[in-house]
Amino acid sequence: MLNYDIVVIGGGPAGMAAALKAKECGVDSILILERAETLGGILEQCIHTGFGLHYFGEELSGPEYADRFIQLVDDQKIEYKTDTMALEISEDNVVYAINKTDGLLEIQAKAIILAMGCRERPRGALNIAGTRASGVMSAGTAQKYVNIDGYMPGKKVVILGSGDIGLIMARRMTLEGAEVKCVCELMPYSSGLTRNIVQCLDDFNIPLHLSCTVVDIHGKERVEGVTIADVDENRRPIPGSERFIECDTLLLSVGLIPENELTRAVGIDLDPVTSGAVVDEYRETSHKGVFACGNVLHVHDLVDYVTLESQTAGEGAARYVLGKTEDAEYVTTKGVNGVRYIVPQKVNIKNDGDVKLYFRVGQVYKNAKIVAKYNGEVIISRKRPRLAPGEMEDVLIKNDMLKNFDEGGVIEISVEV
Amino acid sequence: MNYDVAVVGAGVIGSLIARELSRYDLKIALVEKCNDMAMGTSKANSAIVHAGFDAKPGTLKAKLNVEGTALMPELCKTLGVPFKPVGSLVVAFSDEEVETLNELLERGNKNGVPGLEIYDREKLKNAEPFISDEAKAALWAPSAGIVCPYELTIAAAENAVVNGTDFIRNFEVKKINFSNNEFTLSDGEKEIKTKYVINAAGVYCDEIAALIGDTSIHTTPRKGEYMLCDKSVGHLAKHTIFQCPSKMGKGILVTPTVDGNLLLGPSALDIEDKNDVSTTSTALADILNIAKKSVSCLTTREVITSFAGLRAHCDRDDFIIEPSNINSQFINVAGIESPGLSSAPAIALYVKDIILKSVSAEEKSDFNPVREEPVRFRHMTNDERKALIEKNPAYGRIICRCETITEGEILDAINAPAGARDVDGVKRRTRAGMGRCQGGFCGSKVVELLARELGVEINEITKFGGNSKILYERTK
Repeated sequence: MLNYDIVVIGGGPAGMAAALKAKECGVDSILILERAETLGGILEQCIHTGFGLHYFGEELSGPEYADRFIQLVDDQKIEYKTDTMALEISEDNVVYAINKTDGLLEIQAKAIILAMGCRERPRGALNIAGTRASGVMSAGTAQKYVNIDGYMPGKKVVILGSGDIGLIMARRMTLEGAEVKCVCELMPYSSGLTRNIVQCLDDFNIPLHLSCTVVDIHGKERVEGVTIADVDENRRPIPGSERFIECDTLLLSVGLIPENELTRAVGIDLDPVTSGAVVDEYRETSHKGVFACGNVLHVHDLVDYVTLESQTAGEGAARYVLGKTEDAEYVTTKGVNGVRYIVPQKVNIKNDGDVKLYFRVGQVYKNAKIVAKYNGEVIISRKRPRLAPGEMEDVLIKNDMLKNFDEGGVIEISVEV
Repeated sequence: MNYDVAVVGAGVIGSLIARELSRYDLKIALVEKCNDMAMGTSKANSAIVHAGFDAKPGTLKAKLNVEGTALMPELCKTLGVPFKPVGSLVVAFSDEEVETLNELLERGNKNGVPGLEIYDREKLKNAEPFISDEAKAALWAPSAGIVCPYELTIAAAENAVVNGTDFIRNFEVKKINFSNNEFTLSDGEKEIKTKYVINAAGVYCDEIAALIGDTSIHTTPRKGEYMLCDKSVGHLAKHTIFQCPSKMGKGILVTPTVDGNLLLGPSALDIEDKNDVSTTSTALADILNIAKKSVSCLTTREVITSFAGLRAHCDRDDFIIEPSNINSQFINVAGIESPGLSSAPAIALYVKDIILKSVSAEEKSDFNPVREEPVRFRHMTNDERKALIEKNPAYGRIICRCETITEGEILDAINAPAGARDVDGVKRRTRAGMGRCQGGFCGSKVVELLARELGVEINEITKFGGNSKILYERTK
């Protein structure tokens, strides 16, 4: 049995930022477990730029952004094991993991930071009818084939879903010589960042069909085409609007799901909306000493926000290990009227700092107000020219406000039009 | 190559027949038009071992179902294939249907089905806590079970190969000549010579028979669509839950699978194209609606994939297992629709008897009936895992995260006798890619491992043979 103060599961941007922060807070005994061959996580295949604008104030590619943290992990002599998969967490915070050289590892941790990231929703989850031909894959899988393996997964492409990875891959496939016929989006708005719509679709004259979906996939062995159709306000295909588009590839960018198998298996409470753990302001889960951050907690738009959140979790884990935690008296947070979810879901009012609440809205709003109420009383009200599901919002609860709250109180955030 | 027997079609029927015949000193070929075994009906069905009360007493279906079901548990054990004796319930929702249960009970008793019993509402609710409030009563059949049909097929074919059978892939029988008391099967390029042909070609049985001029068989592909739900809802059915049967079949069932998922389906639609295994949005919607009649809390939220299979429906309405009228060395095994999987072990014995009536063959002294169960890392204890990785480090690397499948298991699948040659072949043998993400992460790693083991470029690897390639040329 190995012993570490903190075991971080996942060596992507979340895990690395959390480990570095914990180290900075005074914890030396840290081990990062990473299932891929290198640290860096999904950033390693994101060779486009646009990372780091918020955190570093400069525009980096994914591997460059990751590399800055990998350097720091090395400089700080934080231990890590790559090609290592965590299989299980026990009730008393023992992590079971395997790799080829150590075999089965049993690691007793004082605190655990979950940073396993997320995965893409597959075709099956959408129940798209049609054949089982080759050539249907998630946009992220295609990204790996193109950027890491150096092979083209197709030449004539239709993309379903306007999530950021889909948009990025529309551009990437075009640059590599493929013909991207169109991007179909079920919703009346894109779930991707505005800058990606402009830079990845508009600049390349790739049409974006809103309120449109794929209803059939054709081809016996390899995809030969798809049927797309417009959808009504209930997202049901409108009869008569079907049209056939010839293509050999259908890429799916239809949402991301936090990868919470380990979390679920140890019985940690999950939020049905985020599919991530229920956490407090330090991102501690319902299981004492287990923290979660990054896309395993809720899906972020930008890695910069992942880094910030993970630093919070790293600090929380360090405080826990070093015995610096306060007594806990919680208020809960609740998204209402257009706000789908809030992270964290609970806040300790004994905390001596400010607390930022992150949230997402359920549809596009123009000239709306974000209103935060404590037990029904307005505490913050802010005008926003545009709110969209694809862009995470936040409000800051100052410590002096927090001090006035009582245990069991409720902070509600809503959108008012 | 000259064979005594060529079995056409490596589905569950053909593979089990080949295995049964490989007990004897016969030279056997198992001929398959696809890149792998279990590529037709055997990979897309309800995976149910039926108790045997459905078929009309006196039919081959009735006889072979009850016999096959009795043989299944032991056969699965010998071949290292998952089988669970979960039992089945036919649920009645009206007084009229309660009558039907009594008829089924009576028919089952005539067919020799053991342990049948009518459950009242209370007993049913105890047995199946998530059964809908509309359910009034049920017929309980303890001998029914669930099996993994493609694993059974693969295991049977592997065992046949270990015992001397040649597995010949990608050989579509397009022409059959008979001269000098011998058949010549041709795919247009290559030829196979054989004294006997066993036609186990599933929905294509009629076409294969027609190649020798036997036009007595008419197969209608009857499409059945299914939805597979995540393991997180696997607990919603403890037994196979049928509704009362209709003319088109046994209706929509809700059943656990041997891997802990929940399976809903099948629809039933007679079609013309024997290649058409596409799913349709209307059938998928119908399945859910009808399945909800049995278990009302089902939703589409937990559906991880959908698929369709074709049943080989024959107008004679019974299994056709007999020498052809045109040539007695050509044995038709046709019309093997439900309960074909349940009957398969008995069908194999039945066909063996037909062959041995006209061929004198000795039982081999070195026949090995056992196919060891492949390593299944996900089912092991941590101590077992530790020992396994020490022995072979390839088991220390997880390739499929959703199903916890190791590199070692994938290498085993590729290097097995008649091993996997494509991504779907690896998937059926190991479950890599069968979980929630449906190969999103592991797909590209499986492609790499296949290319490495088979010694080809990664863009030569296919999803399921033919033109189902995954990658095109290199990037710029």
